[in-house]
Parts: sequence; C-alpha cells; structure tokens
Amino acid sequence: MVYNESEVPPTQVKILIAGGFGVGKTTFVGAASEIEPLSTEELITAASMGIDNLSRTGDKSTTTVAFDFGRITIHRHDIVLYLFGTPGQERFWFMWDELSAGALGAIVLADTRRLQDCFAAVDFFENRGIPFLVAVNEFDDAFPYEPGEVRAALELDARVPILLCDARDTASAMSVLRSLVQHLLAAAPAPSV
Amino acid sequence: MAGDDEVWLDDEAGPLIRPYTVNAGRTRPTVELDLLSLVVTTGRAGSDVDPEHVKALELCHTPVSVVEVAANLRLPVMVTKVLLADLVDCGAIVTWASSSSSSHVTDRVLLEKLLDGLQRI
Repeated sequence: MVYNESEVPPTQVKILIAGGFGVGKTTFVGAASEIEPLSTEELITAASMGIDNLSRTGDKSTTTVAFDFGRITIHRHDIVLYLFGTPGQERFWFMWDELSAGALGAIVLADTRRLQDCFAAVDFFENRGIPFLVAVNEFDDAFPYEPGEVRAALELDARVPILLCDARDTASAMSVLRSLVQHLLAAAPAPSV
Repeated sequence: MAGDDEVWLDDEAGPLIRPYTVNAGRTRPTVELDLLSLVVTTGRAGSDVDPEHVKALELCHTPVSVVEVAANLRLPVMVTKVLLADLVDCGAIVTWASSSSSSHVTDRVLLEKLLDGLQRI
C-alpha cells in the first residue's frame, strides 16, 4: 500500500511510566495498551558520569537500556498515545534525553514497601518540569498507607495527585491515565481567548 | 551437568552480531528521526538493499513508528534509525514529520481530545 505523502499523520504523544524495579511498570503498560507490550533497547553513551565504577573506566562508556512500550489509538481524534515504561536501569535512562523529551507527562508507580525506589523518578520529573502523578500500586501484602502518608514520605508538592491503583487491572490503569491528563489540563495555561 | 539438548545460548547472551556491524560502523542516521517518527514504504524499493534493510522495509507497509520498527527488528533504536535513514535516502520509505513535540505540552485542545478519547475506552 502506498501512502500519499500529503496525508496528515496522526498526532503521536507519549506518557512515561516510571518507578523502581519490579513496581509494575510493564504490567501497567500491558494493562492499558491495545497491543502486547513491545520491548526494545537503546545504546546510551554515558560520558563523564562521575559515579561509581564508570568514573574509573575512562571518559566514555556505552550501556544498553531496555524498555517496554505500548500504545493506545484514539481513532476519533487521530491521536496515538504511546506509553513508555522507563528502563529498570534507573541510573542510565535519566541520561537518555530522547525518552523524556516532549513527553506530555509521567506516572510514577510506587510500592509502599519500597517507597524509596521511586525517589529518583520523582526528583527527575520535578527537575525537568515534566508534570506527573504518583500511583501507588497496591500489592496484596503491602500495608495500606493513606495517600497523605505517601505524600509526606515523598515530600510531594500538594498539587501532585496521589492515587491508588492496581497495575494489573485495565480499568484501574485507564483511570490513572485519565487522572494524569486531567492533571495536565489543570496545569495547562488557560486559553488566550 | 548440561544435557545435550540444553539451549545454552539465549537472549541473555546478547546479539551474536555487534549492533553497529549491520550499519557498517555508522552510528548516526543521515535523516532526523525520533522514537515516534512515522515511516512508510513508498513502493520504490531499491534493488541494492541488504537483508536488514529488507526486514525493515517489510515492517513499514503501513505507517509505523521508529520505536516499533526497532522492537520488531530486535535492534537498538539508534541502529534502527541508521537503517531507516538509508531507506529514506534511497527513496524506499518516507518519514512523516512526527507531530509530537514539546509544544503540545501546553496544548489544551490536544489534552482535551486525549481525555475524551480515554474516557470512551
């Protein structure tokens, strides 16, 4: 099939799904995506990182970061939303500008048993000015903390929404996505007219 | 002890061919592509394309994003971009300007459409 080059492409947007290792990022992407999550990787050149072993191995080091993604097509408005599960190798994906560049926003998944695992993602999005919310993935054996307690522990700004979710459940994952877009709308500048 | 039928070489072993071998050592694409750039075949495939290019071409019969081509080729994104840029250069595919950009971050209309779409799913 040959496409007319003048055809208008769909608007492609992305939302990042971040959080610590094993917190359910891939599960969340899979629950919301219309396709089975795909996986690929990128080679990141880590120049002058100055942290642990890389600082001793010379100027440059190349590392591979693997990541999962899925998509949701909104035919009615000709929008394709990509969900990128950020790589587990946290130290490295932060250096991969392309992954976060142009992202509409981010969902930071948190596990109350290991809340510290999402500190890095929260810091990253705060520093980059990427709007985000925190979704506490409720693991069956985790103590049910109140959102307020999680907010205090993460020292989150009062405007950052905190939700509870079940990353395995499509309805729950979609609800989190809708909440993020509502949060983005609330933060977006009002129309100039 | 490992049995004779034990598979000892799996995905964990990594690729048998170093990633940039398929690119003849080139690490930069000649055409600007990002993860969400869409590519599609023009039907004007050159005859001098190698197997990796043929595989990439087969994935682009309908518009597809660079990141999906990479996932299906099982090649790193940057390597895939170099291959796709070759195909753009020889006229076998065209890239549709990706309309994802930071300007959309403040685009209320887009966000409202996105929310409407997500509410209908």
